[in-house]
Parts: sequence; structure tokens; C-alpha cells
Amino acid sequence: MNSLTKNAAAGGGAGPEVDPRLLVAEPGLRGLVQTAGARLRAGELGSLPVIVGLIVIWTVFQTQNSNFLTANNLTNLSLQMAATGTIAVGVFMILLLGEIDLSVGWVSGLAASVMAVLEVKHGWNPILAIVAAIVVGAVIGAFQGSVFAVFGVPSFVVTLAGFIAWQGVQLKVLGTDGSINLPTNAITKLTSTFFTAATGWAVVIVIVIVYVLAQLVELRSRVAAGLRPRPPAEIGVRTATIAIALVVAVWVLNRDRGLPLALVIFGGLVFILDLITRRTAYGRHVYALGGNVEATRRAGINVRFMRITVFMIGSSLAAVGGVLAASRGTAVTQSSGGSDTLLNAIAAAVIGGTSLFGGRGRAWSALLGILVIQSISNGMDLLGLDQSIKFIITGAVLLASVLLDAVARRGRQAAGRG
Amino acid sequence: MTEPVLSLRNISKRFGAVQALSGVDLDVPAGEVLALVGDNGAGKSTLVKTISGVGPPSGGHIRFDGREVHIGRPQDAVALGIATVYQDLSLCDNLDVVNNLFLGREPRPAWGRALHVLDEIEMERRSVELLSTLSVRIPSVRIPVASLSGGQRQSVAIARSLLGDPKVVILDEPTAALGVAQTAQVLDLIVRLKERGLAVLVISHNLADVFAVCDRVVVLRLGRNSGSFDVAAASQEEVVAAITGADTVLSGAGRAGRRAGLPATAGEIGEAGLPGGSGGAADAGDRGHQPEREPDPSRAAGPPDAPGSEGPGSEGPSPKETSL
Ligand SMILES: Nc1ncnc2c1ncn2[C@@H]1O[C@H](COP(=O)(O)OP(=O)(O)OP(=O)(O)O)[C@@H](O)[C@H]1O
Ligand SMILES: [Mg+2]
Repeated sequence: MNSLTKNAAAGGGAGPEVDPRLLVAEPGLRGLVQTAGARLRAGELGSLPVIVGLIVIWTVFQTQNSNFLTANNLTNLSLQMAATGTIAVGVFMILLLGEIDLSVGWVSGLAASVMAVLEVKHGWNPILAIVAAIVVGAVIGAFQGSVFAVFGVPSFVVTLAGFIAWQGVQLKVLGTDGSINLPTNAITKLTSTFFTAATGWAVVIVIVIVYVLAQLVELRSRVAAGLRPRPPAEIGVRTATIAIALVVAVWVLNRDRGLPLALVIFGGLVFILDLITRRTAYGRHVYALGGNVEATRRAGINVRFMRITVFMIGSSLAAVGGVLAASRGTAVTQSSGGSDTLLNAIAAAVIGGTSLFGGRGRAWSALLGILVIQSISNGMDLLGLDQSIKFIITGAVLLASVLLDAVARRGRQAAGRG
Repeated sequence: MTEPVLSLRNISKRFGAVQALSGVDLDVPAGEVLALVGDNGAGKSTLVKTISGVGPPSGGHIRFDGREVHIGRPQDAVALGIATVYQDLSLCDNLDVVNNLFLGREPRPAWGRALHVLDEIEMERRSVELLSTLSVRIPSVRIPVASLSGGQRQSVAIARSLLGDPKVVILDEPTAALGVAQTAQVLDLIVRLKERGLAVLVISHNLADVFAVCDRVVVLRLGRNSGSFDVAAASQEEVVAAITGADTVLSGAGRAGRRAGLPATAGEIGEAGLPGGSGGAADAGDRGHQPEREPDPSRAAGPPDAPGSEGPGSEGPSPKETSL
């Protein structure tokens, strides 16, 4: 720090002045409720639409088909979620920039096709084939990101071109057969491995302990630095929410086959991306770019590098999603990654609270969002609805989620929160 | 005068058909405050952007610390130690005050340096400290800057420039949106920066402020040098004359012998500064070397290039009207 502030801190001595107009929440639960209410009115919807949506969707499907909320179906749901959810996390990163990637669906399919061809036709080691699939994703992301960042072609157009082109490449890669079945090995095990009940509970306990410790460490260092800590009531409510959600989830999963590996992979990826976006300078610069590109450039941040790498992350995650989808389907076909994959991934990110306008959202929101989207998809399958109806409903859900985003944005602007 | 830390020679800048700067020279010595003045559209902000890497010059040379340098990107300027507060405030509305202050130079704790982990607590602590030094009053350092007033945003932008331990600080109309107390703080701060041996370049339309804190005044007019004055020896009238072009003084501090009919007080500058005003038409013959373009009257009369509706100029009278 330069000596300027030190001098003044030593000389002035006065602590930070608290503006008398700042509304400080009352301590305790009452204050929490008040703060939450104020946030909602200001357009900070957070996870509320997701939770309300989930309750409505689950109630409707459960009344229509009593198999919906069974342990078996919920376990299937979690397996279906992992693939598109991973793609949705990549979409989340791109949306943070205020950009869009329309190619993620076919990129996932193409990456899976490359993996299948290398493994089945060329006898590659399955792990190496997976790595190759992810590299394909990263290269595609670097290419599309560069066209966008270097030449200034709108990301919408670049990735729309990719949407068509990668689909064509996928057809080429798969060749005349058009589909490749995967043998039972490391790849298919990704989505057919389940942990024992004890391991599942151990995971829950570790997560909760780590979470509480992290909160306490932060609390202590904030107090040590003389800053206002997060209210203990808030920490308590957050911890309880997370603990209850995890316990219920693992309890349900344990009643069927147990905690699926695929869900752990997906959850792990969400966790890593959450750390990157919230705790690193890189992540902060992604948010900054979503807020004001020129200001970010003037702050000396390499905008091109950021844009290209974010597109690489998006496409790489799409590739991982494609691998998970192939693993679950035990095959790659010409339509892998097509159909509603793209729409579902975007809808999941947006419905979870990531703004299409950039600079706003949390990685966890992709997890919650995909839970909503996959519940709808799974429920419609259970009811045996026609494909036409499913497309119409998926489209309507996406529209509803972006509408919500646009309305919330107006609320934020009215409340002076950008 | 010491060897200038920043020295510009023959700087030019074109925007398509507009020659915004032609042959501008500027020396910014360490330990001095240099004022850059001129009418609206004279090219002051453009010149600042050539130094800060936001809009590199089309021609000319820049020397920094005695070395010829090329500033092609904002990173280059930051690396040299040039900090800039832009007229169109460069803040990210969606980020909170702390993150805006540290954007691009976030402190990282020792254990997480390689992973670029953020040290939020250190950032917040230093933000609170810095803002209270500058007497900036904001509700909380953790609210998005979108919810700050124009002056509060400007204070944040100024505070931002001081974080990186710069050698040269450039302030483009730093007090335009500020209240009385905050303006005094900024002027006081400028003096303190100078006392610490920094080179300060201030753009302002308020000659009273300029004369209060600056050592030299450089005047730009229609994209060219139009005079350079030693504040101790010059009068405001002479500077005004150079700004309006009432007399094409190229250099020379403390010259006397103005022509009659010049605005005598600072209060008349606004009027005289308009094209076609008392000064503009009278000396058309003297300005054969200058571009034929006159400043756009709508620009000259309006508020500074305020960013959108949230800019500092949007509330109440234009800052220039109040300051002059
Ligand atoms: N990006 C641009 N594209 C085209 N012309 C520009 C651009 N930026 C500035 N100009 C032109 O260059 C000239 C100088 O503008 P500049 O912003 O440097 O003026 P200024 O001296 O800072 O004025 P003010 O006192 O109003 O801030 C003006 O005629 C302006 O129209
Ligand atoms: Mg300007």
C-alpha cells in the first residue's frame, strides 16, 4: 500500500464513517427476513424462482404420476442432470461475459464422437479418449473465442456458424454407421458407478464441516481486520440449508443405488467453477467484463485473453458434458448433443439466475437450474408426452426464464443496482 | 525545473476525418502539478487517452523517465506507473466499490498467489482506509457502484488511480461532479501527491482551482498547443486569451499586452469561449495554421461527454457553468 493511506490512517485515526442513511439490518433471523425481502423487491431474485419452480413442477408431476418422486426416478434424474448440467456450467461462464455460445450442444456431441471413434475404432485407452474429447472442446472454444475476440464478430454469429458446422463435422467423424456403441469400460462406468451408503454420508459430513470451517475462518479474519462480519444468524441459516439439502439428497439416493459418481463429478465441477469465479482475480475479471468492457480494458486487463479462455472453458465443459451423456447412453449417435441439449443448457443457466446481460450469476445457479429443467424433461418422459409437446414446453420454459431475467434487471435498475 | 518524467513530442491523433491533435508537445515534471486547459473539444481527453494507452497516438513520441516508450495498451501505461482518472468514468456497475477499486491489481494472499486467489479481506480493509483518507462518504464499500451518486462514483474513480503507487497521475476533470468539500479534498490531495514527488496532470475548466494548485498551465486549442504559462507569473486573463484564441500566444509566460475586448473576469469565459463569440471571429486571420474545423457549438455548450444518463453532468446545471 502506498504511504498515503498509512499516513492518514495514522494521522486521522477516525474509523470508517458509516453513512447514516445506510439501512443496517437488525441482528438475528428477523433482520435476515427483512434483508431478503428488500433484495427481492430490488430485483435480486437469487435462487427464489428456482425453488418456487421446483416445488410447482414436482407437485404437478407427482400428482400426475406417482412414480415421479421415487428414489429410483430421482436417481435417474440426477444421472440425466449431470451431462446437460455440466454443459450449463460452461454456458454460465459465457453468459457472465454477456456473450452466448449456441454451439455447445453440437460441441458436446462432436467431442463424444471423437472419443467414441478413438476408443472403439482406433483402440485408444478410454481415459486418453476422454482427454482427447476435452482437448477437442478446448480447441473449438479457442477458435470460436478468437474469432469473436480478435475480429469482433458477435459471439452469437460465430457460435451459430459453429452450431451448423460442428454438427457436420460430427456426421463426418461418425462416418457411415452413424452411431457407435461403447463397450463397458471406464467411460460407461462414469455414469454407472455408485458409492456405498457410508461413503455417501461421509461426503455429506465432509462438505458440511469444510463449509462451516470456511465460514468460521472468514468470520475470524474479518473481525481481525476490523470489518463487519457476516451475521451469525445468516451463517447458521446457510449452513442448515446446505446440510438439510445434502442429507435429504443422499438419503433418497441411498434408498436406490447410492450416490452416483456422475453427480459427484458434476458437483465437483460446479464447486471448482464457483471457486474460480468468486475467489480468483480471473473470475472477478470475467464479472467485470460482463459489467463494462471498456472499463475492464482500461484497468489493464487483457480482454482478448479473457474472452478466448472463457470460450475455451465453455466448450471444454460442453465436451465433458458430451462424454457424460455418451457414458449414460452407452452410445454416440448422429443426434448426440442435438435436439434440446442447447436449449436445456441455456435455460438451466438462466433459470438459475445467471443474467443474459452479463456480469451476474453464480455457478451454483446452473446446478439448481438444471434440476428444474431436467425435472420437467424427466416428468414429461414419465407421462409419455409427445415430442412436439416437449419441445413446446421446453421453449416456453426458456422464454419464461429470460423474461424473468429481463424483468429482474428492470427491478435492479430501478433500485440502482445496475 | 527537473527532467520531465513524462514528455510528449509532436503528438498527433486522427479520428477518420477529424484531426483531433496535431503536433502537441507536453512535459510533465516530477513533483509538479501541470494543468491542461482548453475549450470543449480542444483535444484534452484525447491527449490523455494517448498517454494512458486507451487511444494510442497516430504519430509522435512519448518519453517516460528519459526512455522512449510505446504505450499501445492500457497495460503498458499501468506498467510504467501512469494512473488515469477518465472523464467518462470507467467503473463496472455490477461490481461493488471494493472490486472496482482493485480491478486489475487485486492483492493476492501469499498462499494463493499462483492460483490468483483474491484477498477479499485485505481489499476491503484497504478500501475502507483509502476512502476515509479521501473523505469519501459512501453507504458501504460492498454495494455496487451503480447505486452511487455521480460524485461518489467520481471519488471512487479517483481513489482507484491512487492504489497502484503510480509515478504519474492524470486526472481528467476530477472535480466536475464533486461537491464543495470533496472538491477541496481532491485539490488537497493533488498537492499531497505533488509533495510526494509524483507528477500530476490535471484537466479542469475551473481556472480558480487551476491557479490554486498548479505550477504550470498548458493550453490546448483546436488540437494544438496554444500556450504554456507559469502560474506564478501569469494571470487568468492571459490563460483565457490562449483558450479562446483571442491572441495566438504560442509560448511565453507572463507576457503582457493583450488586445482590448477580452473577457476580464473568469465569469465571462463561458460566453467568450463559444465559437463566433467575441474572440473567435476577430482573429480569424491569425489562425491560418490551424484546422478549419471549429468546435461544434452543441458540444461546446453542453455538459462534458457524460456516460449515458448516469453521468455527473445529468443532474442540475452543467458542472462547467457552476465552476466558471
Ligand atoms: N472516438 C472519437 N471519434 C471521433 N472523434 C473523436 C473521438 N473522441 C474525440 N473526438 C473528437 O476529438 C476532439 C477532441 O475531443 P476531446 O474529448 O479530446 O475534447 P476535450 O478537450 O476533452 O473536451 P471537453 O472539455 O469537452 O472534455 C473533438 O472534436 C471530438 O469530437
Ligand atoms: Mg474531455
